Amino acid sequence: MTPDPALVRELRESLGPAAVLTSAESRVAFECDALTAHRQIPDLVVLPSSTADVQAVLRVATRHGVPVVARGAGTGLSGGALPVEGGLLLVLSKLDRILEVDPRRRIARVQPGVTNLAISEAARPHGLFYAPDPSSQVACTIGGNVAENSGGVHCLKYGLTVHNLLAVTLATSDGELVTVGSPTGEEPGLSLLPLFTGSEGLLGVAVEVTVRLVPTPERIELLMAAFDDVARCADAVGRVIASGILPAGLEMMDSLALRAAEAFARCGYPQDAAALLLCELDGLNHDVEHQLRATATLLEECGATSVRVAADAAERARLWSGRKSAFPAVGRLAPDYYCMDGTIPRRHLAAVLERIDAMSKQAGLRVANVFHAGDGNLHPLILFDAGHEEELHRAERLGADILELCVEVGGTVTGEHGVGVEKLGPMCTQFGADELEVFHAIKRAFDPPGRLNPGKAVPTLARCADYGALRVHDGKLPFAHLPRF
Amino acid sequence: MPGHDATAELVDRVREATARRAPLRIVGGDTKRFLGRDVQGDRLEVAAHCGIVSYDPAELVITARAGTPLSEVMSELAARGQRLPFEPPSFGAAATVGGTVACGLSGPARASAGPLRDYLLGVRVLTGDGKVLRFGGEVMKNVAGYDVARTMAGAFGTLGVLLEVSLKVLPAPPATRTIALELDAVEALVRLEQLAATALPLTASCWTGGTLSLRFEGTARTLDEVESRVGGWVVEDADGFWRSVREHEHPFFRDRLPLWRLHVPAASPLAPAATDTLIEWNGLQRWCVGGSQPLFDSAAVGGNATLFRADAPVEGVFARPAPALLRLHARLKEIFDPAGVLNPGRMYAEI
Repeated sequence: MTPDPALVRELRESLGPAAVLTSAESRVAFECDALTAHRQIPDLVVLPSSTADVQAVLRVATRHGVPVVARGAGTGLSGGALPVEGGLLLVLSKLDRILEVDPRRRIARVQPGVTNLAISEAARPHGLFYAPDPSSQVACTIGGNVAENSGGVHCLKYGLTVHNLLAVTLATSDGELVTVGSPTGEEPGLSLLPLFTGSEGLLGVAVEVTVRLVPTPERIELLMAAFDDVARCADAVGRVIASGILPAGLEMMDSLALRAAEAFARCGYPQDAAALLLCELDGLNHDVEHQLRATATLLEECGATSVRVAADAAERARLWSGRKSAFPAVGRLAPDYYCMDGTIPRRHLAAVLERIDAMSKQAGLRVANVFHAGDGNLHPLILFDAGHEEELHRAERLGADILELCVEVGGTVTGEHGVGVEKLGPMCTQFGADELEVFHAIKRAFDPPGRLNPGKAVPTLARCADYGALRVHDGKLPFAHLPRF
Repeated sequence: MPGHDATAELVDRVREATARRAPLRIVGGDTKRFLGRDVQGDRLEVAAHCGIVSYDPAELVITARAGTPLSEVMSELAARGQRLPFEPPSFGAAATVGGTVACGLSGPARASAGPLRDYLLGVRVLTGDGKVLRFGGEVMKNVAGYDVARTMAGAFGTLGVLLEVSLKVLPAPPATRTIALELDAVEALVRLEQLAATALPLTASCWTGGTLSLRFEGTARTLDEVESRVGGWVVEDADGFWRSVREHEHPFFRDRLPLWRLHVPAASPLAPAATDTLIEWNGLQRWCVGGSQPLFDSAAVGGNATLFRADAPVEGVFARPAPALLRLHARLKEIFDPAGVLNPGRMYAEI
């Protein structure tokens, strides 16, 4: 769709000609985020360089009644930054200044386009770091992290993005600035900071973020335990947690994932293992020493065939490299893969993995499992060939089945990747019509005209009616009271 | 597990109140009525809706009906070597877990563990129009839908009657030790700032009357090392001391009205007039008595003040958010309680 020339002219007048991209070559680079199955070339791309620019864009968009989709680095895995037809894409990558690192208050105040890793790098000289570490941390931006409430390998101990924020200044859809949260960590009134965090760009555009920094631990150790049985490995996860040890990270890979990672990263994983557990412990010297022994003993009791402690920082980095490159590594096994993100109560780990295995066999598609076991956040990777349309549909069906299984055992359809456009259907499984109506009302409270990232994150009830019609279980029709379209 | 599910009765009461537009004062153990603006309305008793619904130590989650006594939750956790990391005050034996979440109060461990809302994973809530809704869940990571559950923490019941809460819990440490140092308030703040920048396992701090008390947690060996690095003397009956701070039984709080609670950014200086004060949370939470000076002191450093206990009902208890934020408050109230019958005015006249 060609944008209204008046809209383009007003944006150029406000931001300067270079900040508004209209040519086909420049726009195509923004057609998708890391969920490449969904693509839409934006009609118009705008690159603000300041908070005032962002406000100006929102005001112009309001005048013209144009939808606005905010985008950081485009590393999101659920299509949250997928352009909307007829809208403009607000790319925040030029707002990349670290405004303040204050070691006394242990905070950093940054613009939304600053990368996750850049914050930790700026804090490092002060013996501090920013804890949430999504695997895309080299590229992903803090604005995107706030929008998605991103997690990472270390959130078992250090929490998600929401636990590491103090305040966010956001621009509402009409360009007004509002600050949620407080530099004190205790905002007066209702807790709007957590409501905004993870709202996937539907409630406002973050223009300034104040994060908490934490002291670098005195000692870090990494244990690698191999198991010849997936269920035994899964049970070991619960035993470690129940023993009173809180690892900084507790990650699991099944044999398909660990062999792919080994082939990709040459990181030293035992090739014959059915499952692998990586357990990182950090803290004070003596505490880590104590936990290291206790954990090693416990893992052996749980039936680990080998338990290895990384000898030094280099080996630790090597063992982590396999885990951190597991997605691309698995990606080499098939033309395409589909990454799921359900979270389940840990006690169901073994049973759910077994069910996924059975479902994978029935669907005739391989599934590799690599995930944050400590907090029950699964990442089954479904391998398929999108070149065969039937296989794509089969992969999507299997994915939906897996997410429904997560909900069935008391979990959620997305632990850290967000709903975006990808999980709108499965959202209908997790929430009833009343909850979804509340979500839509919250959207209207923040963004009355529905201008920001429309159509994402929360399915319409009509969509759920359609989705339910496709997925009738045991004769029970979800959203049975709703009219079918 | 034992308990009683009173959802149906509560739904009927709220529906009826909404139909008549008759305000309700939501009551758990009625231990924190002193906090917030006065609510005129019929009592809606939640205490009968009680019982722990599920607790599996390996999951690090406990789910309980809102009327469950806080003491029951805490003793159940303690029996399995776990605890509520934010160490909530109860302000009375009758305190319930629902009231605790609704008031959003955290205790001495807040400085290291973070606030209550960080641990609230999910809620079942009864809205003003009589709907029972579920937000969040029992898992650690959940980004499906807006985080309505955490918004209920500290909402004082203005957005709904909490029916059930799921809280993340953590293992209790192997050992704990409290060390005291003789320091004046200014020296204490400097010391706290230095300690907070280290990786030492400082989990609570309290300065008052010339003494800085510091609680550390970890293995016995770690605590020995901490003791030699920090100096000072080891406090006997440390549990009793921290309980007295948490529950306001410490002599500092006795018969001291009006009592102000100040939240200030880290490393904020001591206000010149604030000599009679009790400082917690590594300097982030400060208690003072009397006047309106605390309001100005906290505002000057970008903090906020709450009139925690007053000698007479007052109009303004909590600091007021900016007008644009307050408009959002009102719109959220409209969503969850369109007739305005749930604890109206408890926080602000607008909600």
